[in-house]
Formats: sequence, C-alpha cells, structure tokens
Amino acid sequence: MVARIFATERLLIKQTFMRRDIFQAIADPTRRAILVLIAVQAMTPNAIAEHFDTTRQSISKHLRILSECNLLAQKPEGREIFYEIKIDKMKEIDIWLDQFRKIMEERFQQLDQVLYNIKNKKK
Amino acid sequence: MNLLFDFTVDKATASIYVTREFAADLDLVWAAFTKAEILDQWMGPKPWRVQTKEMDFREGGRWLYTMISPENVAARWSLAEFVEIQPKSSFTTKNSFSDENGNPINTGFTFSLTKNSFKAGAEKTTVQIVKKMASLAELEQFIAGGYYEKGIAMGMNNLDEYLLALVTNK
Repeated sequence: MVARIFATERLLIKQTFMRRDIFQAIADPTRRAILVLIAVQAMTPNAIAEHFDTTRQSISKHLRILSECNLLAQKPEGREIFYEIKIDKMKEIDIWLDQFRKIMEERFQQLDQVLYNIKNKKK
Repeated sequence: MNLLFDFTVDKATASIYVTREFAADLDLVWAAFTKAEILDQWMGPKPWRVQTKEMDFREGGRWLYTMISPENVAARWSLAEFVEIQPKSSFTTKNSFSDENGNPINTGFTFSLTKNSFKAGAEKTTVQIVKKMASLAELEQFIAGGYYEKGIAMGMNNLDEYLLALVTNK
C-alpha cells in the first residue's frame, strides 16, 4: 500500500513537472503572494508559511512548484534554507507583456494616421 | 500633439488596461473602432493586416476577421461578439479565435472580454480599453499565440533602423 502511494506520487510529480511553465506557476494567487513576499527579502519556508492561513505542507507544495519553474533560488544559511526570487525569470513574463504593449502602441499610431487622413479628406 | 498612451497589466485579475487619446472628435473615433472599412486600415499589426469577413455591429451581432500575412495567407481568424453597446459611449466584446466561419476552434484558449469606453474632450477623444482574460495562463497564450511572430518582425524593423543609423552616421 505504502509503495503504491509512493509510486503514484512520483508519477504525479513527473507529469506536473513536464507540463509546468512559468505562467502556470504564477496563475495561482497563493504562489503570487509568496513571490511578492520573498521579493523583498529571502525567507525560510516556516517564515513564509506564517503569512498564510494554510498548512505548512501546502506552502511546501507551492514552493516546490515555483522551484520547478526555476523562479526560486535556495540559499542555505546554517541549518536553514532561505528562498529568494530569481529576478531574470520574472523578467521573462514582462517581456511578453511588453511585446503586447508595443503592438498596441504601433496599432494606435496607425489609427492616428487613418484619422488624420479622414479629417483631411473632409476639408 | 502629445497623445496620452497608458498601458498597465494587473496580473492578479489577468487584465490589461490601455488608455489612449486620439486627435479627432468622438464621432470619428467611434467610427474607427466600429466600422469594418476603417478597422481594416489600422487593426493589423504590421506586416500583418486585418481583413473583415463579416461585421454586424449591434448587440448580439459579431465581427469576424482574419489576419493576412505578408505572403497573403489568412493566418488566423478571430471573432468579436458584441455583448453590449452604449452608442458613442462604450461597447463590450467577447473575443475568441475561430475558423473562417466563426466556429470556435480548440486552442486551449477560451475567450476574453474587452470593454472599449469613449470620452469626448475639447480637441481629443480618450479611449479606455479593459481586456480581461480567463486566467493569466491564457493572457500569456493570447500574446504568444497571436502575436509572437509579430514581435520577431518588430525586432527586425528595429534592427533595420539601427543599421541605417549606423550607416548614415559614418
């Protein structure tokens, strides 16, 4: 029985690991909150868990997912492990958004020209 | 004329907020956002262009359009269904990807809701666009799926300009 549970969990981890990407990682509100929290300073899992009304196991799961997405760096200090954000990875998200911003910007510049042409034709 | 452009993203609600001023009166700007013959002139992110197949601007109606590639291939069909229209004030669309007949296609992407609001000023009209996606993952998919090629093309344009500047500065 124990062995079976173990095997199932391993399979689950493997499956989730394969389809996990950075955007899925931050689609969860708790994980976003964790990122906000440790963006200011590196924290231990216990210190992070204190901020949430949920179990320590649940926080561990979220930290594992964030780590698998390469969003977290682990820093051992003495007997404790501190988690901190990998800033470079967070920037990847902004790159996508920045592209969309540029598309909108250019699109509106085209509209400026169209509006200008229509107004001139009327005169 | 200095025209305001503001773009913010609220990742928590998977929403994009865009505010833009245009140097034209409300009637004209409203027409530019709601009439196919004007939309086709500016909606396509270069080098792509937008071509309307159907436009029925009324509540319950829809706008079906495609992106045409530089090689003249209809690359992607999009559907905007008009959910609510307040004439010369605002309209809300439900946006999704479809086939050429407006039937939904399975992209893993569901839909987004876009509200366009218009405000007349002295010499300018202000348009506010709020685009809400079902999830942050879909926000990413939307940007990656529809516009990634465009991002690359734009990078190339920038490179062209950069090279031109280098040559002329010599």
